[in-house]
Amino acid sequence: MEAVLFQVLAGLATGGIYASLALALVMIYQATHLVNFAQGEMAMFATYIAWSLINAGFGYWPAFFLTVLIAFVLGVLIERVVIRPVENAPVLAVVVVFIGLLVILNSVAGWIFTYTIKSFPSPFPAAIGIRYMSPHQMGALLVTLVVLALLYVFFRFTPLGLAMRAAAQNPASSRLVGIRVGWMLALGWGLAAAVGAVAGMMVAPIVYLDPNMMAGILLYAFAAALLGGIDSPGGAVVGGLVVGVLENLLGAFVIGNELKLVVALVLIVGVLLVRPSGFFGSVQVSRV
Amino acid sequence: MSRKTVTVTILLLIALACVLPFVLKSYHTFQATLVLVYAIALLGLNILTGYNGQISLGHGAFYAIGAYCAAILMDQAGLPYWATIPIAAAVCLLVGFLFGLPALRLEGLYLALATFALAVSMPPILKSHLLEKWTGGVQGIVIVKPDPPAFLGAAGIKLNADQWLYFFSLAVAIVLFIVGWNLISGRIGRALVAIRDHHTAAEAMGIHTALYKSLAFGVSAMYTGVAGALGAIAVQFVAPDSFNVFLSITFLVGIVVGGLASLPGALYGALFIQFVPNIADELSKAAPWAVFGVFLIGFVYLMPTGVAGAVRTLRRRLGSGKLFPLSKEEALP
Amino acid sequence: MKSRLVTFAGLLALALAMPVAAQKKYDAGASDKEIKIGNTNPYSGPASAYGAIGKSIAAYFRMVNERGGINGRRINFVTYDDGYSPPKTVEMVRKLVEQDEVLLVFQPLGTPSNTAIQKYMNGKKVPQLFVATGATKWNDPKHFPWTMGWQPNYQTEARIYAKHILDTKPNAKIAVLYQNDDYGKDYLKGFEDGLGAKKNMIVAKASYEVSEPTVDSQILQLKSSGADVFFNITTPKFAAQAIRAAYDTGWKPTHYLNNVSNSVGSVLKPAGLEKAVGVITSAYLKDPTDKRWANDAAMKTWREFMAKYNPEGDLSDPFNVYGYTVAATLEQVLKQCGDTLTRENVMKQAASLKRFRVDTMLPGISITTSPSDFAPIEAVQLERFNGQQFELFGEVISAEQ
Repeated sequence: MEAVLFQVLAGLATGGIYASLALALVMIYQATHLVNFAQGEMAMFATYIAWSLINAGFGYWPAFFLTVLIAFVLGVLIERVVIRPVENAPVLAVVVVFIGLLVILNSVAGWIFTYTIKSFPSPFPAAIGIRYMSPHQMGALLVTLVVLALLYVFFRFTPLGLAMRAAAQNPASSRLVGIRVGWMLALGWGLAAAVGAVAGMMVAPIVYLDPNMMAGILLYAFAAALLGGIDSPGGAVVGGLVVGVLENLLGAFVIGNELKLVVALVLIVGVLLVRPSGFFGSVQVSRV
Repeated sequence: MSRKTVTVTILLLIALACVLPFVLKSYHTFQATLVLVYAIALLGLNILTGYNGQISLGHGAFYAIGAYCAAILMDQAGLPYWATIPIAAAVCLLVGFLFGLPALRLEGLYLALATFALAVSMPPILKSHLLEKWTGGVQGIVIVKPDPPAFLGAAGIKLNADQWLYFFSLAVAIVLFIVGWNLISGRIGRALVAIRDHHTAAEAMGIHTALYKSLAFGVSAMYTGVAGALGAIAVQFVAPDSFNVFLSITFLVGIVVGGLASLPGALYGALFIQFVPNIADELSKAAPWAVFGVFLIGFVYLMPTGVAGAVRTLRRRLGSGKLFPLSKEEALP
Repeated sequence: MKSRLVTFAGLLALALAMPVAAQKKYDAGASDKEIKIGNTNPYSGPASAYGAIGKSIAAYFRMVNERGGINGRRINFVTYDDGYSPPKTVEMVRKLVEQDEVLLVFQPLGTPSNTAIQKYMNGKKVPQLFVATGATKWNDPKHFPWTMGWQPNYQTEARIYAKHILDTKPNAKIAVLYQNDDYGKDYLKGFEDGLGAKKNMIVAKASYEVSEPTVDSQILQLKSSGADVFFNITTPKFAAQAIRAAYDTGWKPTHYLNNVSNSVGSVLKPAGLEKAVGVITSAYLKDPTDKRWANDAAMKTWREFMAKYNPEGDLSDPFNVYGYTVAATLEQVLKQCGDTLTRENVMKQAASLKRFRVDTMLPGISITTSPSDFAPIEAVQLERFNGQQFELFGEVISAEQ
């Protein structure tokens, strides 16, 4: 019984990692109705920026907030410079641009920072750790929930959040109401990049920082975000935790480590077949 | 351009393709064979994603199934290489169709995830100790390269293994392209495009959308599976980790750059995914992927509808009329 | 009787060949002015960390050229990216052989990549020399006379650990963590073979995929098996995670770490030096981050080499020592070839290294090959981490015949 508990706790910890990146994916989806496959690499790159700042002498929290700010600005820039020109291209073409961004960021990070793993510090005091969940894993989970809460409040209760959701859902009508759609998209990218940067800085102390840090996590985050419903931040977090725990339990007690990913994915797709918009996603109804 | 001009152009292209292996070095012929293989795979993906609008991030899995079919049949059952092609086709047709059935419930992103899951699952399944006896597990399977058939030698035509394999792949590619063209330009193709463009209207018009969508999956998987089998024979080696999710993403990149919903687009895309990474490697050893990424973004900027789309626009501007049965207006998603 | 006949025939052939040997002989890729060497490495994709090896080899040959080359010929090192994908490796190696016409293909990296090209290389009779993988299958001169490995192979290393366990803890319960690919499985096989009849000492095995973020779950699985010995077959990132996780969960087994991930600076330090106390591993090269070698002359030379010829390389990355050392080995082989730069002679010289040493190897370790022994380095030394650096213990263990 103890073994099950430990696997569940470990699963929650890993699930927290997936949840944080899934949040960034949901964020960008809510702002642009696109899934940004380069989100993981953007988060990784931001974490390297933080690492460089810390190495240059900055304290952890100054580096943290500075990185979030830099990531925000970079996100806006990427939207304006890279994504804007292909705004009107077919959806799949934009996806290919994301993929291009992904490989560029991965390759440049490897070139500048090399592939040896780097440790990334954790700001959380030892006191908040419990048995089988390290202080950092607890802290990271907490931070993810705080970010989730902030996002929820932002989208639901602020005019800016509403404007962003409108711009993504119906650009034409939004323009008619006076919303600067272009800037909403840029803002969305900036925020998603910022959320991604937070995710990266929370993840790195657990998995170690290297250019390929986010590749596997993106996979799980994608599944988690869709499981929870691609337009629901809360769903993304729940999805992430579920995926983490599910995978651990499957690997330890059911099917073994070789096939746990396969079974987990089969189960997730199975759930989607029953609820095609995910747990908490809103069902899209379109007029014919 | 009239029908006659089209036929002439295509015949010229085929003639050129036949001459190539005699003027190129063996290794270039090998590369050309790979281009043909990728073209078939991309055509398969295009049928599903380009013409039918069902996004698939998992075609690498069908490629893998085809490749392993060929490898296992040649290595363990001792089948000759040409016999593995129809078997791989049949297996992938079935698997694709079976996958397409539950996939009917999923749309857009969620379908993308399901296919993504398929792609991600392939390496672990191939490596699993449950199947190790057939798949060779992590070690993979080494295949012997087929020799040109005896009747050619008797007829006095001397070909080396690379050239023969090229011609074999060329023949398969031509057959599959003709079949594909027939499919697309006929009722089935129009039904697929109708489903893509307006699902509800298509159903209202009496098109059995469920059947067509699943069939599209099956046929698409079949094409890519045949490509996988040919690819395995050309490379003479299959290993689980080379069929990872990045292969599926490469195929998607290929059809977008080549041109969605376009037959020549499959060829352009194949040329891109075969040669541009090599070019990127020449340009930078330190960060070859970065150069590749720049190429990708550049291509999409310059030609958002793919090379085929750009060619179409060019030809239109040069005053040509309809070339293929589906005009630009109908074919674009 | 048969062997004597063979020896006589060999001597006769040698005597007849003697006057011919004095002339210059070249195969494709060699000339009076240059020697063309081909290589494939993953500079992109998930295995791009290993691309550092290709870069340090290129840097080494730049240095060799600046010093006048080998026997007056400059080295033209042609390397292509294969993204760790066997089809790409096949394509690039064919390009090297058929288009670039290299004399030999040196250090192609990766077990699947080398498996894919092995038949081709032997069919074309082009040396597939000093392949960059520890898989055991490269020492097979009878079937593949043109393929030779270099580093101590994984199975031999694992057998050494197994023997050590049998000698020191015959009643141990062993847990194994391994990467689910050819590298991990090769180690596992060697380990199980090494335990032989006592294979059931392994009470738990857990595998992981490179795409997984952490191995924490696997460590928990292994810990709950009650094992008191842990064989850790992981690549650097996961090794660091495993070391830290084992410590953090309060599991204190006797920890055997595979050679691939035993760097102090790149693995133990991120894990936490205090958490790695007692880790046993084997080594054959000097670790650039180990304090032992801080004042070592050979490592000083290596650091100067890195600063001048490979400034972008990471000084804490053991791959850069690996690349330097294997390039030096090829330099020796080519030197021994003299003016007979044929592919056959390259293999012949590669198979006639006698106790050849590069100073970046651990003391006591050298390279010996023969026509029936295509495993250049077969010796390793066991060492234990004391919290600051590794301490060698025991003798140099060699599987040399």
